[in-house]
Amino acid sequence: MAEPLFTPEQQKTFDTELAEILTHYPPDRKSAAMLPAVRLLQSLKGWCPPEGLTLVAERLGVTKERAYEVASFYVMYHLKKPGKYVVDVCTNLSCSLRGAESLLGYLEDKLGVHAGESTEQWTLRETECLASCGTAPCLQINEDHFENLTSREKVDAVFAKLK
Amino acid sequence: MTSPAAPAVEKVISRAWGTPHSHTLAEYRKRGGYEALKKALEMAPQAVLEEVKKSNLRGRGGAGFPTGMKWSFVPKDSPKPKYLAVNGDESEPGTFKDRYILEEDPHLMLEGIAIAAWALDVHTCYVYLRGEFKFAAQRLQAAIDEAYREGIFGKKMLGKDFELNVWLVRGAGAYICGEETALLESLEGKKGWPRLKPPFPAVVGLFGCPTVVNNVETLASVPPIFQRGADWYAKLGTEKSGGTRLICLSGSVNRPGVYEISMATTLRQLIEDPDLGGGMPAGRKVKAVIPGGSSAPVLAADELDVALEFEALKVKQTMAGSGGVIVMDDRTCMVRSLWRVARFYAEESCGQCTPCREGTPWQTRLLRKIEEGRGEPEDLEMLLNVATSIAPYPPIGLGTTICALGDAAALPVHSFVARFRAEFEAHIHEKRCPFGDRPWGHFGDWA
Repeated sequence: MAEPLFTPEQQKTFDTELAEILTHYPPDRKSAAMLPAVRLLQSLKGWCPPEGLTLVAERLGVTKERAYEVASFYVMYHLKKPGKYVVDVCTNLSCSLRGAESLLGYLEDKLGVHAGESTEQWTLRETECLASCGTAPCLQINEDHFENLTSREKVDAVFAKLK
Repeated sequence: MTSPAAPAVEKVISRAWGTPHSHTLAEYRKRGGYEALKKALEMAPQAVLEEVKKSNLRGRGGAGFPTGMKWSFVPKDSPKPKYLAVNGDESEPGTFKDRYILEEDPHLMLEGIAIAAWALDVHTCYVYLRGEFKFAAQRLQAAIDEAYREGIFGKKMLGKDFELNVWLVRGAGAYICGEETALLESLEGKKGWPRLKPPFPAVVGLFGCPTVVNNVETLASVPPIFQRGADWYAKLGTEKSGGTRLICLSGSVNRPGVYEISMATTLRQLIEDPDLGGGMPAGRKVKAVIPGGSSAPVLAADELDVALEFEALKVKQTMAGSGGVIVMDDRTCMVRSLWRVARFYAEESCGQCTPCREGTPWQTRLLRKIEEGRGEPEDLEMLLNVATSIAPYPPIGLGTTICALGDAAALPVHSFVARFRAEFEAHIHEKRCPFGDRPWGHFGDWA
């Protein structure tokens, strides 16, 4: 038998939080809650498994294709299980002018993974502007933000805490 | 040549930044917070709207549309509910001001929301915040919760029988959702595909109802107008544009950061003033400056004596945009820079309109080819041809796509090639990047 999507506690969290989210929208506009609902799913599962998107679609009264369409449009939703840490390095213009390409190269060597690829531990991606241009270069690990990464030592210090 | 010192200006939006607990309601109240709302609530909604018109406040999201006029497009007799949608999807490369407003002084924007809601008879407001902004989301949600607790939002507004609910919605990583109709689609729980205009959101917006979409900085500019008066606010600015402006300075400059400046400040002053950009890093000279986020046409080093103001930049065939000023120095390869910018637009094109969906990756491929020394002489004309098919230039605004992302993707190509053509040709003739493996003029450890 297939494993259930959620543990009982997760299911309870999902139900409670989704019910709260739905109060933000007109009663006949449940499908508007798609982005927060998919975010909630991902916060519980670490990614958006197909059966999770199906559940979201059912709860919001839309087709599962519609849920998949939305989940696949936005880069923050993971349709495949990512590494434990998703490392997003901004290489847009302001960061590149401050060395982001070299920083990315350093991380590829340090983490042993190419940009755009994943291991069990790491998913390394180039990302677009993270609005830290004044404190460039910057990166994001899962949802946490790190700025002013102007030296290898500073990068090493960020990663030293991750196991 | 203008004076190196920028004109002095009173800080209106950023004055509390960096002070202890600037983000809390208690500190905001000590600065006179929510007094402007009290004043506005004593006025008739129409008078509030007229005051905003008189202030000459223009939208700070990119297009610079007069805010009072935008508000006045909302039909007064509509039987449908009206909505306010706040655009906090700050993602224009080189732009990071709204994030600071929300992290340092979220109540300033929330008070602006309350005043706008009163003027527009809006009872539901959605703040659409960029998905990546975790810290800003925490600060903003805490501020919203405070405002509910203190009787500002909720069933009554400062004791007056006026209900306003404010909900924070977090995006999920899509630049296009900063386009106002894509933002509305996203708020409706869909992928962010822009809508054809007209109808404009003020008439047919969220859930088919009249909706005003305003940028974070725009709404944060509203309370000062009521604290000090529309005339005072208008006088801070230029003839057609009231108030101060937040500028985001980044790239090759000594003091990158967000600065609140007078709109009479020139680009040169912004870079040189010791209290602003603080000049160029030792041994480097300005080569090019993007004045309003990466979508704005680039200017060359001899074009810096221009005020960072909507009309003045328009005369130069570029734009004030989102206030993102990106400085490139003489060690920067312009082909490499443009390639990176082009990649962004290819990545962020939503795929709806053919010229943009097909043209943006095509531009990227051609630029990569030229940068990697594989360019043919005809590639440069092809590049311009592709850009023209997405959006001819000048002037700005001739794009062939539903939204302005097409224009935004084509304008950098047109403007970079027009000003630095010789550098593109050198790549093709030498069959290599003349900057070798150092196209970015690197800093510090990353040299």
